Amino acid sequence: MTREWQLRVNDQKTWIRDQDAGFELNEPDAYALEEALRLKEKHGGEVVACCAGPARATQVIREALARGADRAIHVEADALATADASVIADALAAAIKDEAVDLVLTGLQSDDQGFGQVGVILAEKLGMPHATIIMEVQQGDGGLLRVKRELEGGWFQWVALPMPALLTIQSGINQLRYATLKGIMAAKKKEIRKVTPPAAAPAQRITSLYFPEKGKKTQMLAGSPAEAAKELVKRLREEARAL
Amino acid sequence: MILVIAEHRDGKLNRATLETIAAAQAASAQASGPVKAAVLGSGVDTVAAEVAAADLAEVIAVDDAALKDYTADGFVLALQALIDAEKPDRVFLPHTYQTRDFAPALAARLNRPLITDCVAVKDGAYVRPMFQGKLQADVAVEGAHLATFQIGAYRADAMKAGGAPAAVRKAAIAIDASRIRQRPEQPFKEAKQAVDLSQAERIVSVGRGIKAQEHLQLAQQLAQAMGAEIAASRPICDAGWLPMDRQIGSSGQTVAPRLYVALGISGAIQHLVGMKGARTIVAVNKDPEAPIFEIADYGIAGDLFEVVPAMIAELNK
Repeated sequence: MTREWQLRVNDQKTWIRDQDAGFELNEPDAYALEEALRLKEKHGGEVVACCAGPARATQVIREALARGADRAIHVEADALATADASVIADALAAAIKDEAVDLVLTGLQSDDQGFGQVGVILAEKLGMPHATIIMEVQQGDGGLLRVKRELEGGWFQWVALPMPALLTIQSGINQLRYATLKGIMAAKKKEIRKVTPPAAAPAQRITSLYFPEKGKKTQMLAGSPAEAAKELVKRLREEARAL
Repeated sequence: MILVIAEHRDGKLNRATLETIAAAQAASAQASGPVKAAVLGSGVDTVAAEVAAADLAEVIAVDDAALKDYTADGFVLALQALIDAEKPDRVFLPHTYQTRDFAPALAARLNRPLITDCVAVKDGAYVRPMFQGKLQADVAVEGAHLATFQIGAYRADAMKAGGAPAAVRKAAIAIDASRIRQRPEQPFKEAKQAVDLSQAERIVSVGRGIKAQEHLQLAQQLAQAMGAEIAASRPICDAGWLPMDRQIGSSGQTVAPRLYVALGISGAIQHLVGMKGARTIVAVNKDPEAPIFEIADYGIAGDLFEVVPAMIAELNK
């Protein structure tokens, strides 16, 4: 979903009105893709972009291919647009379990539901060790992978783990590249394998989706920019005594 | 029964644990049933005793040398065994980076759903932010489950203390260390932070709405006019427009200035965690629905490129 879009809730109040939304690659996933492309440039191999979502996700897959992924897998089902983390992880696991994967990279969390779970559940379903909130990926000793995890409050930690492994990538790990015209042209010829996900029963259900209640204390200052600025400075000086 | 998983490091209890106990106490008051807490690690007597001060049915200590340093596999193995033995219908955890590392794998191994990032429990449903905090959802879940609670959603001082310390019991769980695949090194801090924003009286903070690096000087002019430090939300530091030590939020610094001015910051929960202790919060954002306006004291829904120059002019009068 593009960040610029003004969200609207559907009539059932269970999801947004996505028929008039624009969709794009989640930012954390964009960093994960970038890291995969950089690892390939350094160590060789193949980057496969895998996405679980409805038909419209093809657009995001094309973007990944245009940035440099070699081929793609699209786990396609309408229900995946709103599915919970476990259902999405099941869908992805079914699609990639037979691929000879060395490393699975996912974003830390999505921009829409923001579960922050799919990557870690996927690791469990694939039987792989995992590490999360990763800011650097290195080759460790003895064939191990060595990764830098971000902890809270400015702390970090290196963790070594055997491959195949799954890493969830923190935004800012690298600088993103954008698709070139050449990349966009090349993407048209790349393979997108379609996979149907296994039937899954969701374990959690949104019963109501709504705009949070505004804190009553917020004083919105109206008027022209000059009027609002004048009023704000006055209140900060006299009411809040913050200046 | 609700089981709360405590978090600690170097013998120091993470305060988010107390908030999660408060959440569990509130939830158990709605649905009745005891609240217990589990403390995992190696040599956890002191931390377990600290947790036992809360009004809890009991504290369960899982003490094993294999849990000395945190690993996702170690915690999943220990908690899977503990939950199989104790059979809590709900497991509550603080929504910390550590929990985020192991809880989804634990949930998958237990085949139980996990609801993350909860800010409230209401009539059995969980309230959580979605779409970067722009919307909120009530989530219903069937059967036994796990839930993580956002930092600050419940207040630590709302936690009920017990009349007497709760009993501490050692769980009879042995961890097979050979099944732990992650090999952690000691946590460290990067080069010493050049800027300590926690001491700043006033902070002008910029977010995506600033659009381009060259516009930062506008925010800098405002900071100068206010006698404020400049700071930013994560995307600005990710882009390299400001150094990482200027970042406010769950992965950056936590601040509590007298005045916090948020320019073009939508107010995703990861940012709010770092700044909502500010005494007076001002938000300027062109999106009137931006979540930052829920916590601001003063809000201007407008274009920061028009409002900020007007603020600078007014301050310099």
